[in-house]
This record gives sequence, C-alpha cells and structure tokens, in this order.
Amino acid sequence: MLSLNELWFVLVAVLFIGFFFLEGFDFGVGMSTQLLAKSDTQRRVLINSIGPFWDANEVWLLTAGGAMFAAFPNWYATLFSGFYIPLVFLLLALIGRGVAFEFRGKVGDVRWKRVWDGAIFIGSVLPPFLLGVVFSCLIQGLPINEEMQMYAGFFDVVNAYTVVGGLTMVMLCLLHGLMFTTLRTIGDLQERARRMARRLLLPVAALFVAFGVMTYFMTDIFEKRGAVLTVLLVLALLAFLLGGYFMNVKRDGWAFGMTGAVIALLVTSVFVGLFPRVMVSSIHSAFDLTIYNAASGPYSLKIMTIVAVSLLPFVLGYQIWSYFVFHKRVHEKEHLEY
Amino acid sequence: MDPVMLARIQFASTTIFHFIFVPLSIGLAFLIAIMETMYVVKGQEVYKKMAKFWGKLFLINFAVGVVTGILQEFQFGMNWSDYSRFVGDVFGAPLAIEALLAFFLESTFIGLWIFGWDRLSKKVHLLSIWLVSFGTLMSAFWILAANSFMQRPVGFEMNNGRAEMNDFLALITNGQLLVEFPHTIFGALATGAFLVAGVSAYKLMKKQDLDFFKKSFHIAIVVGLTTSILVAVFGHQQAQYLVDTQPMKMAAAESLWETSDDPAAWTVIASIDPEKQENKMELKIPYLLSFLSYSKFSGEVIGMKELQAQYEQQYGPGDYIPPVRTTFWSFRIMVAAGSVMILLGLYGAWLMLRKKVEHAGRWFLRLMLFGISLPFIANSSGWIMTEIGRQPWTVFGLITTENSISPNVSAGSILFSLITFTAIYAVLAAVMAYLFIKVIKKGPYAAEEEDRPASDPFNKEGYHAVS
Repeated sequence: MLSLNELWFVLVAVLFIGFFFLEGFDFGVGMSTQLLAKSDTQRRVLINSIGPFWDANEVWLLTAGGAMFAAFPNWYATLFSGFYIPLVFLLLALIGRGVAFEFRGKVGDVRWKRVWDGAIFIGSVLPPFLLGVVFSCLIQGLPINEEMQMYAGFFDVVNAYTVVGGLTMVMLCLLHGLMFTTLRTIGDLQERARRMARRLLLPVAALFVAFGVMTYFMTDIFEKRGAVLTVLLVLALLAFLLGGYFMNVKRDGWAFGMTGAVIALLVTSVFVGLFPRVMVSSIHSAFDLTIYNAASGPYSLKIMTIVAVSLLPFVLGYQIWSYFVFHKRVHEKEHLEY
Repeated sequence: MDPVMLARIQFASTTIFHFIFVPLSIGLAFLIAIMETMYVVKGQEVYKKMAKFWGKLFLINFAVGVVTGILQEFQFGMNWSDYSRFVGDVFGAPLAIEALLAFFLESTFIGLWIFGWDRLSKKVHLLSIWLVSFGTLMSAFWILAANSFMQRPVGFEMNNGRAEMNDFLALITNGQLLVEFPHTIFGALATGAFLVAGVSAYKLMKKQDLDFFKKSFHIAIVVGLTTSILVAVFGHQQAQYLVDTQPMKMAAAESLWETSDDPAAWTVIASIDPEKQENKMELKIPYLLSFLSYSKFSGEVIGMKELQAQYEQQYGPGDYIPPVRTTFWSFRIMVAAGSVMILLGLYGAWLMLRKKVEHAGRWFLRLMLFGISLPFIANSSGWIMTEIGRQPWTVFGLITTENSISPNVSAGSILFSLITFTAIYAVLAAVMAYLFIKVIKKGPYAAEEEDRPASDPFNKEGYHAVS
C-alpha cells in the first residue's frame, strides 16, 4: 500500500503529467499560429481549435501548484522562492497569452492583432521552455542549504543541460500541437501540419535522445532508478516510432496519442528519477527535500486525499465530456468565436 | 529598499488589482445566469441578446481575472515562502481545493458556454453558466476560508514550529468565514449589478435600445438593491464578530486610543495623530459604536492603548497597533460607498415599480453611471481595512508579516517583478477599459464587424475527428 506521502507525490506527478499532455498541445498550437498559419483566418482557426480547452488545461498547472502547497509546503516554498526570476517570466508569459486569446479578435486593426499574436506566440514558447528548464534543474540538483533555502545563481538554473531540457519540452509541445491541429482542422492547414510534424519527428527524437544521454551523465537518476528509467526511455522511443508510422498512414488520433505519450513518459521519468526526493541539493544529499521532510502532517494529507478522491472523478468526467462536445473539426467557414 | 516593504507593496497592488475583476466576474456570472434563465423560461430573444451582450463584458473581465489570479497563487511561494512553510499545512488545503473544485469547473464550463451556443441544447447551455456562477462562488468560499484562518486561526495545532491542521471542519465553519463569505459575496453580486445598472442607465440617457436596457436595468436594480442591503447586514455581523476576535482592528478602525465610555459613541471623522496616540478633532454620534459592536445601546469598546499593553504581555515586546489612519478611513470610505449604493438602489427600484425608468431624470441616470465605481471603491477599501487592520500579523497572533517573507529572495528581484507586473497590469487595465467602452458603445444589436462568412447549411462534409 502507498503511504499518504507517496500517494501525494504520485498525485502531484499526475497533475504535472496531465498539464504537460494537455497544455502541451495548446502551447504547440499557439506556436503554430506563427509557424504554420499563412493567413489571419488560418490563425483564427488554430486559436479556435483550442478555444474551449486551453483555460481548463492551464488549471492543471494551478492545481499542481495548489497540491504542492497543501501536501508539500516546503517543496512549494523552496521551489517558488528559489526560481523567482524564471517564474516572473513564466507569469508574464501566461498573463499575456491568456488575455491575448480574448483580446485579439475584439478590434479589427492589423497592428492590434499583431501585438496579441506576438503575446500568444511568446506565451506559448516561453512557458514550456521555462518549465523544461525548471524540471531539468530539479533532477540536476540545486544549491539548497540545511534550512531548505535555495540560493541559486544564474548558471545553476541556466546551463547546457537545462537549456537542452527546455528546448526538448518546447519541441515536443510543438510536435504535439501539430498533431492536435491535424485532428481538429481540415484541408490545407491539416495537410501542412502533418507535413511539418513529419519533418520535425527525427530532429525532435534526436533532441530527446541527446537530453536522455545528458541526463545519464549530468544527474544521478540513472544510478538510482536505472532499470525503470531505461524501460521508460525505450517506451518513449517506441512511441516516437509509432507516432511516425501513424502520421504516415494518416491515423491522426493515434499519432496525437503517441506524441502525448512521449511527453507523459518524459515527465514521468523526471518524477521517477526524483522519488522519494522532490528537490535535489547539490550541496549535500542530507539537505535534499523529500516527500517526508517537505510534507504536511498526516491529518492534512488524509483530508486532502478524501477531497481529491471524491472530486477527481467529476473533474475528469466533465473535462472528457467537453472534449466530446467539441470533437468536430474547426472549419474556416463556420462562426469563429475568437 | 527593504524587501518586506517591497513584498508588501507588491502583494497590495497585485491583490487590489486582481480584486477589481474578481467581484465583477462573480456578479456578472450570476446576472447572466439569471438573464439566460429568463430566456429559457420565457423564450424571448431579448434575454438571449442580454446574456450575450453582458457576456461579452463578462468574458473580457473574466480573462483578466483569471490571469491575474495565477500570479496570486504563485506569489505566496515566491515572496512569502516562510509564511508558506509555516501555514502551508493548513492554508494550502483550501487553495488546492479551490483549484480542484472551482477553477476546473469555471474554466471547463466557460469554454462550453462560449463555444456551445450552437452545440448544446438550451438547457445544457443554461446549466453551463449556472455552473460557472457556482464555480465563482466556490472559488470565493475556499479562498476566504484561507483568509479567515489568517484573521482568526482555528482548527490547528503547533507542531515543530509550524501550524498543522487538526480539524478541517473547524476551518470551514470558522466564525470569521461565516460572516466574511456572505459579506464579500453580496458585495461581489452588487458589483456586477451596479455595472449592468449603470451602463443601462447610460444607454437609457442616450435613448438607445430602450427596451433592452430597461429590462437589463430592472434585473440589475433588483439584484443591486437586495445585495447592497445584505452586504450591510453582514457587515454589521462582521463588525460584532471583530470586536470579539480582533479587538485591535476594531479599535484602529474607530481610532479609539482609550477604552470608550459605556455607551460608546461612534466617531464620524477624526484628525488622527498616531505619533502622540490621540485624535485632535472628533465628530461623534452617541450610542452608535455600542450598537455597531453589540447591536444594543450600551457596552464599552476597548481602546488601542489597553490592547497594546495586553498584547505585549501575551506576545512579548513589539508594536501591535496597525496603521490607524488607513484602517480608520478605509472603513469610512467603504461604509459611505455602501450607503450611497443602497440609496441609489432604493430610488431605482421605486422607479421600476412605478414603471418610469425610461423617464427617469438625467441626474439620476448620471448618478447611476457614476455609481458603477461605488462597489469597486467599497470592495477595495473593505479589504484594505481588513488586511491593514490585521498588521503586524499575517496570521493573527501566530506569525508576523516581517517573519513571513522569503529570506532567499533579494530586494532587487522583488523590485524587478514589482516593476514588470505593474507595467503589464497597467497595460491590461488600459486595454480592458478601452474594450469595455468599445463593446458598450457598439451596443447589443450592432452587426458583428469581423469578416465572418456564414456557415453553409448544405455543407455535408464530415468534419468528424475520428481518424
């Protein structure tokens, strides 16, 4: 049986995996508005294809943050104060992106649209990059002292390894978003999304492998959980292969599932590598934050478990239902809300 | 600069800004739900138009409320990490539940509501907006449960130098929450109602779309009057509760240096000198403070000097008197704004009953337009009083503001974030005001300006995404 501390570690992991899987595609679609769309109408089709979903997808991040706060206050406190500047940029990006969807269509002016299109693009590239960097840092280790305070310098956060981690996350989201576009659009946009995804497949796989190899040398997670991580990596590469196959035979739904699987496996690997730590101290392993020294008391965890277990089925239920309601493809000729 | 001061300025500015949009979202969601209900029940198109027109304002506002809310969740960890460590066990739970119960509900069903006009049945579409409204109320409940703990900590025990939850039920039946939640919610509903009423009054003054805006005004004024009265009722409850649980805040709100006489007089205005701890000039109404504090015309209220001595014994040396001027005046501004709202509501309702809204004097319609600002003023000043009046504590009696900040974050970092957030918030405010005015000027019946080709009903292409 899982202890409550373990269970909450798994729940936080699941929330982040869900976040990257879901918001991953709408980040990717956000990037596509500049990289793929050739006209304002195409841009609008892309934005409308994620219109009903992106906000709820972002809530996965908020819930993950809330769950960290409630279940592992020390993790929340050390991470959020330690990554102060990256999080400022993350917030600016998410704020700009969120209002841009609502604002861009409200005025006909071209310059107006260009500004908010810029906000959508930056707001879709920067967050997966920054979060990729942060998660890479978590396994690489950070200067955390005996009082659980993290004093990170610039190169503790930004270095070759973490930048590759950030880029990998960005490219995976782009790929995932392109597959979502093949699912939700028709005609020219769909064709070009598929073509771009096929072209990107190998470079992204190479980046992924490079990140994996760097992880082997730069972190201790393969020492700790080598067997499980190898299995996860092999599965991820398999998902890449299958994704390529499904793209070729135009089974877009399956291909989308595969790019999502790669993202999910990557994030899972990070959490598997961490366990039972939540933050690795580069100063001394005795200063690591773990699911025990960072956690709330047993009473809080019990209450939160009851709440989460009784609410999650409903949340998942109506979210799945909303994807079902909007399962039809978005067409240039229909009423576009944004 | 002092990091504590910078972090406080940041918290105050981002929270006040966030709380411009939140009550409006809560209020408008509720009003739109009423309008759409009337559409579904009565079947008149005008109510659908109403839901859509006010819905446009709601969505612009909602977007800003959502994104500024993300920052709120991050801010506790970023600027106030020692606070987060100290109370996370208790305080984190309501935040997590808020996300799980309210944010998912709001965000999913707002998507269904926006994009679902043609895809959902009337009743399911109506249910969506009611669920959004319910979500906004739930969100308020849980975040106020967290705030109530800061005002009056309950349901916890101290363990290893931090507060740990030991009674969840006590946390959500906190007496503070039971007065704070209705007071805040009715204030929020009034905010939405006064916006709709004020905009409608403006349009009636311009003689545009009379039927539409008369009907909107009627709905809004009923909600506006009812809720403004209820805000006052629960405000009174809260004041009585305050005397019991945070007497220092009450004394500061009254600038009561010495313990009052029995019965206590209420100070209308005063010239406060915090250095000398005295008021130079006071205008007083006899008996009223006793009534405000105890609902009867007798009883003394303890002054700040006596409380200071008492707290020094209890918590050790220190200054336990909050900034008196701010607490005193914010309280009066809130009460004044609320009182004018009730008066406007009464007159508006009287006009409505006499079926004379469209013939109302310009002076009244103008006042209603100005009245849009009143709930915002009242909301902000109310929160300023609550939060400033609790100083020097973040959690009353447990942890001070000074000890709450992140020790590992430099003043420079906070200053950087303060500047960037302020800049982006200024842009948001300007854009929002511009869009609000644009939507209002266009009115409910203007054709959609965008180049939207109508969908072709004979197009039988299968758009299904099943691959």
